[in-house]
This record gives sequence, structure tokens and C-alpha cells, in this order.
Amino acid sequence: MLTKKGTLYRGRWGMWSWVAHRITGIAIFFFLLVHVLDTAVVRISPEAYNSVLSLYKNPIMGLGELGLVAAIVYHAFNGIRIILIDFWGPATNAKVEHIQAPNKDGVIETSQKASYTHIVLLWGVLVLWALTVAGFAARHLPHVFGGH
Amino acid sequence: MAIPLKSRVSTPRLRDNKIDGVKYNRSSSKRNNFEMFAWLGMRVSGVLLIVLIFGHLFVNLMVGDGIKAIDFGFVGGKWANPFWQVWDLLLLWLAMLHGTNGIRVIIDDYAEKDSVRAWLKIILFLASAFVLLVGTLTIFTFEPCPAGASPDLLASFCSAR
Repeated sequence: MLTKKGTLYRGRWGMWSWVAHRITGIAIFFFLLVHVLDTAVVRISPEAYNSVLSLYKNPIMGLGELGLVAAIVYHAFNGIRIILIDFWGPATNAKVEHIQAPNKDGVIETSQKASYTHIVLLWGVLVLWALTVAGFAARHLPHVFGGH
Repeated sequence: MAIPLKSRVSTPRLRDNKIDGVKYNRSSSKRNNFEMFAWLGMRVSGVLLIVLIFGHLFVNLMVGDGIKAIDFGFVGGKWANPFWQVWDLLLLWLAMLHGTNGIRVIIDDYAEKDSVRAWLKIILFLASAFVLLVGTLTIFTFEPCPAGASPDLLASFCSAR
């Protein structure tokens, strides 16, 4: 049986970054289907298109757009990380330190401390994601909630 | 530990191909390289989509009044320029191919029954083909200054006609 301690992947950052990549991908795809169809309303009439687009301008949809952009930015930056893992050798580097120290009974025990470049890259993704989404929110939220 | 990444195994195979106790059963048969091209295509289209989508979001949601400024006149102004027609056409096709392939992989991962998997993929491909057709026609048949429409709903260049 797999235990959490015994696996490098299951239940850890690598797995959760993959789960998030799938979930954001599915969400973006279904929005894309809707978005192409709402844009196609330009072929009906200016009035019809403007009334469909007005749905995107209410505050609830405005927050939904922030969520959509957050999903897109994560999928984009984590996608770059996946490409680096595939094509850039150093991205799969692992550094394992063996630390020998006495335990509370005075017996010398060896423990491992590992650091993985792909996890460092994930932190880079998350920091850039937070900065990008914050920058977008600072511009988008006043458009949605500001009187106009 | 020199383990080759890929080893040639004829299909159908008679026994597992093992190197140092590790199974390498992936075929490198010349018969079908579809999955390799799909994998590579995800990476190539992904990089292009980052440029196309970030540009799309910046121009539509960050510049000026953002979402509040988008209406028929805004779309008319953009698609009067062939640059944005090509941009949006590339965006449409690459995003739909990337997304459809992503969902195809997810269906293959989770739908265990052959018939369920087949039906889900048929629905996926039909929906994607329909959206691609509608999207492409929209970009190429769009009329920014329709006759009889109220001029204040249209792009500014329409009233000059």
C-alpha cells in the first residue's frame, strides 16, 4: 500500500499542481465554447450583441471574469513550467541531503532532506501568478464596480 | 545507469521488454505517431496561446474602460483591421485544438468503458467542430456597418460612409 511518506508525488505539490492544471483547463475550455457563441451574436444585430455583452458587465460576472483570468494565468505559467520540465534538463534536478543526527535516545539516525528544481519552479509560477492576477484585478475591478 | 528512453518493441508483443528490471513497453512503431504529435502540439500551441491570449486580454480588458467598453462598435473597430482578424482566427483555432485535445486526454483517462469513451469523444469532436465553424464564419462574414442599424451603435468610421 502506498503511504504518503513513501511517495514523491501522491498528495504533494507535484500532484496538486497537475490537478489544478486539469481543472483550470476544463473550466477555460467550457468558457471558450460559450465565448465563441456569444461573439457570434455580432452576426445577428448590434442590439442583440450589446444585450448579450451587457450580461458580462454585471458585478457577479465581473468577479467571474477575474476567476477566469486567474485560471488562464495559472494554466499559462504552469504550462511554461511543464515545458521546462520536458525540455530543460536542470528543471528535473534533485538535491538530496543525508543528515545524520542523534535522536532522543542518543542513537545516530539518518534523515533525508530533498529539494527539487521543479518545485522551486512551481513557487515561481505561484508568485508570478499572484502578481499578475493582482495587477489585473487592480485594473478590472474598478471597471466592474466603479460608477460609469 | 544507461537506460534508453525508448526501445523498439514490435507490436503485438510476445513478452514484456525489460531493461534492468524496468518495463519499457511503449511501442515506437512507425504505424502511428499521433500521440507524439498531439503531445508536441500541446506545447507548441501552448506557447503561442500565451502570446495570443495575453494580448487579447490586455487589449480587451486592461486598456481604456476594459469590459465596460466592449460592444458592437468595439468589435467592429477591431475586426475592421486584418491584423486583429488574423489574431482572433489563430486564437480560435489554436485554443480549440489545444482545448479539444486536452479534454480528449481527460476522457481517455477517466472513462473506462469503451462505449462511454467513444460517445464522449464523438460529442466532444462534434461540439468542437461546430464551434470552430461558427467562430470562423463569424470572423469572415462580419459586417461592421450593417445597413439600417442605428449609427450610435456602430464604430465611428461607419458614419463616414
